[in-house]
Amino acid sequence: MNFKPKLERKLVDPSSRSIQLLERRLFLKSSLSLGALTLLTGCEVTDTEAVQRVLWSMSRWNDRAQAALFNPDRLAPTYPESAITKPFPFNAYYGEDKVPRVDADHYRLELAGLIRDKTPWRLDQLHGLPQTAQITRHVCVEGWSAIGKWGGVSFRGFLEMIGADLGARYVGFKCADDYYTSIDMATAVHPQTLLTLRYADQILPPKYGFPMKLRIPTKLGFKNPKHIMAMFVTNDYPGGYWEDKGYNWFSGL
Amino acid sequence: MSADKVLVHPAPVRITHWVNLLAMAIMVLSGWRIYDASPLFAFRFAEAITLGGWLAGALQWHFAAMWLLLINGLVSVAYGIISGHYRRHYLPLTLSSLLAALGDALHGRLPHQVGVYNPLQRVAYLGVLAIAVILVLSGLSIWKPVQLQELTAVFGGYDAARVWHFCAMSALVLFAVIHVVMVILVPRTFLPMLTGSAGRSKESS
Repeated sequence: MNFKPKLERKLVDPSSRSIQLLERRLFLKSSLSLGALTLLTGCEVTDTEAVQRVLWSMSRWNDRAQAALFNPDRLAPTYPESAITKPFPFNAYYGEDKVPRVDADHYRLELAGLIRDKTPWRLDQLHGLPQTAQITRHVCVEGWSAIGKWGGVSFRGFLEMIGADLGARYVGFKCADDYYTSIDMATAVHPQTLLTLRYADQILPPKYGFPMKLRIPTKLGFKNPKHIMAMFVTNDYPGGYWEDKGYNWFSGL
Repeated sequence: MSADKVLVHPAPVRITHWVNLLAMAIMVLSGWRIYDASPLFAFRFAEAITLGGWLAGALQWHFAAMWLLLINGLVSVAYGIISGHYRRHYLPLTLSSLLAALGDALHGRLPHQVGVYNPLQRVAYLGVLAIAVILVLSGLSIWKPVQLQELTAVFGGYDAARVWHFCAMSALVLFAVIHVVMVILVPRTFLPMLTGSAGRSKESS
C-alpha cells in the first residue's frame, strides 16, 4: 500500500469553471449582505426573517473566508503526553448513557459517491493499515478545549487507496448515532486528518466514538464525527447535524 | 458654519464612531452569549442582556459583526493616522502633564476645552485603542489557533487567549461606561459627535 503523501490534483471536472463563476457571484452577493447588516438597527431585529437570511449568508461568506485562510500545509500544534487532559471530556448531543454500541464483528464501513473502489471495510482490515498517532488540542465550539491522544490511519492515504476523487469538494459522514457532518476536501487531505481507531493507545472506547471517528485537529470538535458507519465523496453540499441548525459549516481552527 | 462655530469632529470620525458603537454592541452582547456556553468564571450573563438566542445564533452575530468592526476599524485608524487626528489630539502625552491633569481633576478644576483633549482624555483614548488591539488579536487567536498559532502563542495559548479576550472586553465595557458618564456630566460634548461642530467656548470645568 502506498501512503506517500502524493496529492493528485484532478481538475477534470468540466463544471469546475462554472463553479468558479458561481462562487464569485455568491461572494459578491454575500458582500452585499455585509452592507445590509450595517443598516440593521432597532430592537426587534433578531427574529425577523430578513435578519436570519443576512446572518446565514454571512456564515456562508465566512465559510469562504476560512477556506481562503486555510493553509493545507499548516500543522496543528502537537503536545507532550504530559499535557493530555485527564479525563478527556465526553461530549455529544445526548448523554453518556445514550452512547451507541456498535457491533465490531458485523461492522462494515460503507463507501459511496465519487470513489472508485466502494468495497465496504471490516474493522480488522482498517486496523491492519499502517497506523500513526497524534497528541493535539480538541477545541469545542462552546469555547472549552482538551488535549488528547488519537491513533489511526492517515485519512489522505485511505482516500487515495480507495480511489476517492480528490478533486471533489466534500467528504460526508453518517454515524451510528444519527449524527452526520461533512468537510471540505482540502481539510480531508490535510496531513493530520486521521481515521481514528484508538484513544490513548487503547481501542477507541464507545464514549469517544467506537469503532471509528474522524479526528481533525484543524477543525472545531463538532466537525469530528464519531461512530462513523458510512462516508461519501460528493460535489453537492451535504450539510451536517449542527450545521443545518445554524453552526458555521467550515468551522476551521 | 458660522464664525462662532468650530468643527470638532470631522465626518469620518463621527461616522466611524457610530458604526463602531453598533459593531461593538453586537460583538459584546453576542460575545456574552458565547461566553455563557462555557463560562470562564463562576458567573453567567443573564440571557435577556445577550444577543443571538442560543450559541449558534450568537456565533452568527459575532462573526458577521466581526467584518463590520474590522472594516470600520481599519477606516477609522487609517483616517486617524493619515489625517493627523491621532497626532494632533492625542500627542504629546507626557507623564508630568498626566500627573498635573490628574491633580487638577481631583481638585475639580480640570478644564474641558472644546476641540482640545486634556492629558486624561488622551491617555483614555490611546488606552482604549490599545485595548481594542488586544481585543481583536486575542479574538483572532481564539478563532484561528491553528492558522494563527504564533499569535495564539503570544497570548500564552488557546485557553489563556480566552481570558485575554474576556479581560479586554471588560476593559472596553468599563471605558464605554466611563465615556457615557463623562458625556452625561458634560452634555454639550454630545451634539458635536452628531453634527460635528460646537460653539467656541472658554475654558470651563
